Amino acid sequence: MSTTRAAPTPSGRHTTNGRNGHGDDMARGRSSWPDRLYRFDTRYMPYVLIAPFFLIFLVFGLFPLVFNGVIALRNYRLDDPTLTGWAGLANFRQLFGDEDFWNALYNTFGIFLLSSVPQLLLALIVASLLNRRLRAQTWWRVGVLLPYVTPIVASTMVFSVFFSRDFGMANWVLGLFGIGDREPINWRADKMHAWIAIATMVNWKWIGYNALLYLAAMQSIPRDVYEAAAVDGAGPWRQLWRITVPMIQPVIVFTVILSTIGGFQLFIEPMLFDLNAQAATGGPNGEWQTIAQLIYKVGWKDLNLGYAAAMSWALFLIILVVAGINTLLTNRLSGGRSR
Amino acid sequence: MSAVDTTPRQPAATTTRRRRAALMGRAPQDTPAGVGTYLLLATTMLFAAFPLYWMFVIATSDDEALAQLPPAVVPGDRFLVNLEEVFSLQDVYFAASLINSVIVSTVVTVSMLFFCSLAGFAFAKLRFAGSRWLMLFVVLTLTVPNQLGVVALYIVMGRLGWNGTLLAVIVPGLVTAFGVFYMRQFILNTVPDELIESARMDGATTMRVYRSIVLPAIRPALAVLGLLTFVATWNDFQWPLITLGGTEYPTSMVAISDLASGNYVIYRRVLAGAFVATIPLLIMLFIGGRQIVRGIMEGAVKS
Repeated sequence: MSTTRAAPTPSGRHTTNGRNGHGDDMARGRSSWPDRLYRFDTRYMPYVLIAPFFLIFLVFGLFPLVFNGVIALRNYRLDDPTLTGWAGLANFRQLFGDEDFWNALYNTFGIFLLSSVPQLLLALIVASLLNRRLRAQTWWRVGVLLPYVTPIVASTMVFSVFFSRDFGMANWVLGLFGIGDREPINWRADKMHAWIAIATMVNWKWIGYNALLYLAAMQSIPRDVYEAAAVDGAGPWRQLWRITVPMIQPVIVFTVILSTIGGFQLFIEPMLFDLNAQAATGGPNGEWQTIAQLIYKVGWKDLNLGYAAAMSWALFLIILVVAGINTLLTNRLSGGRSR
Repeated sequence: MSAVDTTPRQPAATTTRRRRAALMGRAPQDTPAGVGTYLLLATTMLFAAFPLYWMFVIATSDDEALAQLPPAVVPGDRFLVNLEEVFSLQDVYFAASLINSVIVSTVVTVSMLFFCSLAGFAFAKLRFAGSRWLMLFVVLTLTVPNQLGVVALYIVMGRLGWNGTLLAVIVPGLVTAFGVFYMRQFILNTVPDELIESARMDGATTMRVYRSIVLPAIRPALAVLGLLTFVATWNDFQWPLITLGGTEYPTSMVAISDLASGNYVIYRRVLAGAFVATIPLLIMLFIGGRQIVRGIMEGAVKS
């Protein structure tokens, strides 16, 4: 992945190039100021340049991640500073018996399925629409990014009104098709409806972004691939599924991983869909409480940081496993498609 | 092309046939879009834009517009009235929150551009012991979702005494692995080695090379990274909520969520606030849309 240059020799040993051949004088006597500066510049300056990243990342990225593991094994309550010390695996044991956790996992998974699958399929279709010779090409591409730049906080508030029971736009539109005529759908009353509402927000947000990722990959497919397929007599639809999709498979896998990581950390939408957002319960009976939301509730509403840390670790492992499974699944589906 | 049937048929079938024949063997990006494609794209745009438009409709209306069937789709004239209510709410600090968001997003963006381009330059063009391993480390950290360390981050910030201050949301974002990686890739591909070497011959220091050779060459990448960083920082919610929630220093996203809490939520206020906080991003998309599109598409190819 790295440069084409030869393996990095211990730097500074061969700093003698051109007229800056001061390096060798160094051993002989006291070096002059320009010499020292030059030596510092070639030898240590690169480390100075990359130091800010490593400093920030170690303190605010890596350390918290590791430290999180330590906290998970300790008692750490914000409301009771006297309760300290090692808790062993108590936090993890509590996790297995915690109905809230399993409920949140179930919700997270359900919303993830309802959002990622349609999201990526629709993104494929939008990408293939954009992958034509279009007038005002840039503007179409910029247009599909409107949801991407919109703050999720703002759009969730709009959708929250869309999905209100009595005067919501969603129910009104469905009513035009005769759905929910007798009794309007209460989107916040049961899991399935709440999941659909939240998944709609996620889909709206990410379809355009994923479409551009696909579009980039589609445009790098060699043209002769399509020429070869001409013999086949494939129409646009079949062309999409039989040529384009298998050819952009690596990017599809990439988006699946991205949406898994994002989907399992879903926080803003379920938080603000709740009419009583501050409670972070995800509905009166946790109908749509996600794991990220539960972590927030346990940590900053119940003030049990130790347990929240344990939950974060569990979430991390779950994401790893699901992302792995999804990668395998996608590889099979988008590669060996026989439609 | 040989498969085209020449016997006359009803017009509709012939056109699809002809179109299909035209498509064969040609890459989609060389095929002119038909009316159907434009119609479908226009529908997509409608879906993408409608929530934003409707945000504006509610933000400019009175309470009755919300309890109306069929739903209101025409903007009202009460935007300023609603906005004034939002700004005058005591516990929300909306005006301050906008300023905070501007400060946080600007500082993070500027710092990202500076530190990421420096580090990217070092990794792309300078020789130093361990550079490969350190770069590998950067790439690996790309894959770690740092949201997962949020509990510990809160405790770290607590020790530093930064919780509830803007420092808590600024400092962790000052320079990121993604930015360093993106800059390195760009510099590797665009800045010629010979140019740097000849500057070296003339005795230019590392920083001099950065300033007069690298910096001018990477302007497009700076625009892309800057826009993406600003948007992401402005929209960030979870961490700001944790560390700034309930204080007098919210970011605008936290302030909007404050507007939306309580027993009785007044949506025209919430959406007026939300709309104001969305405007800067719409302007950015309008001005820098091309760059944002390119940034996202490049990221895909390189990942």
